[in-house]
Amino acid sequence: MLQVIIKRVLIAIPVILVVASLTFFLVRMAPGGPFDADKVVPPQVMKNLNAVYNLDAPLMVQYKDYMLNLLQGDFGPSFRYPGRSVTEMIFTGLPVTFELAFYAIIVAILIGSLAGVLAAVKRNTALDYIPMTIAMIGICMPTFLLGPLLVLIFGIQFEVLPVSGWGSLSGDKILPSITLGAAYAAYIARLSRGGMLETLSQDYIRTARAKGLPEYKVIINHALQGGLVPVVSFLGPAIAGLIGGSFVVETIFQIPGLGRFYVEAAFNRDYTMILGTTIFFSSLIIFFNLLSDIAVLLMNPRARSDA
Amino acid sequence: MNHQSSLWLDAWRRLLANKAALAGGIIIFILMFLAIFAPWIAPHSYSYQNLELGAQPPSADFFLGTDTLGRDLFSRILYGARVSLLVGFVATGVALVIGVSWGIVAGYFGGRVDSVMMRIVDVLYGLPFIIFIILLMVIFGRNIWLLFGAIGAVEWLTMARIVRGQVLTIKNQEYVLAAQAMGVSNIQMFRKHIFPNILGPIAVYATLTIPQVMLLEAFLSFLGLGIQPPMSSWGTLIRYGVESMEEYSWLLIYPGLTFTITLFALNFFGDGLRDALDPKISSD
Repeated sequence: MLQVIIKRVLIAIPVILVVASLTFFLVRMAPGGPFDADKVVPPQVMKNLNAVYNLDAPLMVQYKDYMLNLLQGDFGPSFRYPGRSVTEMIFTGLPVTFELAFYAIIVAILIGSLAGVLAAVKRNTALDYIPMTIAMIGICMPTFLLGPLLVLIFGIQFEVLPVSGWGSLSGDKILPSITLGAAYAAYIARLSRGGMLETLSQDYIRTARAKGLPEYKVIINHALQGGLVPVVSFLGPAIAGLIGGSFVVETIFQIPGLGRFYVEAAFNRDYTMILGTTIFFSSLIIFFNLLSDIAVLLMNPRARSDA
Repeated sequence: MNHQSSLWLDAWRRLLANKAALAGGIIIFILMFLAIFAPWIAPHSYSYQNLELGAQPPSADFFLGTDTLGRDLFSRILYGARVSLLVGFVATGVALVIGVSWGIVAGYFGGRVDSVMMRIVDVLYGLPFIIFIILLMVIFGRNIWLLFGAIGAVEWLTMARIVRGQVLTIKNQEYVLAAQAMGVSNIQMFRKHIFPNILGPIAVYATLTIPQVMLLEAFLSFLGLGIQPPMSSWGTLIRYGVESMEEYSWLLIYPGLTFTITLFALNFFGDGLRDALDPKISSD
């Protein structure tokens, strides 16, 4: 068990290093220097700029320096915002993005597993069909459409909720969290329904029923643990999707999080910022995938043997 | 050969019996028709700007209204269909070629080749591809063909897994072992015995990949990193719709509706195809 976990961790480390190196060279391959887009500067200034940002060193030396700094948590200076470091910007945006993602996951898990478990228990009734149809719509409706529609309905038509910002007006966190969480609620509903249906047909559930347990105890004490395994293994990859979704949601609702910084950096061609956030996001996602793998191992003893 | 054609015939009958899938298929067919013949169907030019007409609500002349620059929204949606569907099909094609060859090689040769190839897929699965696509678009410019390639290069992983699984099953069937014993060459084996038998799952998964690809393209275009003006995909139209939705809500609603219906149709058709080709695997 411990061995499997250690093995997973040991695989994750080189993956992060490869991703970091690949991103570094990709960004350095970009045509033109980072300062070309601005107005023409005298050659001496250009030279000084390059020296300040360590761009005059040979590529391999730059690579070595960057990776060494990276190991100390230093992502280098931002090209676009002089005087601000990428690390500083990441840690300004990160708490906001984390908070948003956290609420979204809560929305997704609560609504999703409730709907899914209910649908499985009341199989082939209206309580099964209605939530599952809504879930299908939730999966097909992209975040970048759902968000604006919610804004249109609750913000502009009925004027009950603020349509932008984060933490400045009361209730301004509601729409972004629902927008980001909706698609995951839909997936979780489908996954937990499938997982519950499979678990409810197992022999140990029949045993539990045979010994006279009330149905709600059968479900809560016996079926949930097995039935929600697919949901837990989905949560890791879901984090990856949440980050992509946060790009959209933070842009729509003007939330000062990491996702919006990334999209802005992509527009401004702020190469160090792009480089830093890409590496940071990748490590984050690999880390969460690792966590959900381990959680699945702990919950489902049968997965341990083929890991 | 006879048995095989009856399998496809059976599947076809099952597909026709599935109303949701049939409706999805018809919608896709109509959309493809509209997209291909857009230049002849569109009542107005998609790029002609007439500021005096700026942002009219739907009327007899412009029955989905006009955008803020006075361009006919219906014509723009028609032309957007060309770009969105093209991305869907081309990028899925790219994913198909990579995924199928990867899966066949891994599954057929097995052993160490298989474990190395599938380990690579496992590792790639864990990476944040949206970020990499954005990175590529930033570095190499917002080129539509690069967009197709980048999206396709991301979506092949699941295809590789599915094909490998199928090949592994088929490889251990007795008729394949018999063919192997008779000394049939690898290429003959693919062509005669393996490829025809994995066509079904490939077709199903390809249909289900198309909406994912279209979603990814729309996502990038929404952020302004995908299709660039004056060309427009549905993602671009939704982006402009959001910018002006407070005054001109139809600019968001019609493109959004078209896009959602298309994704619905593709998903229902794909699900129906899966049920038709392999009645054993139900949706979930």
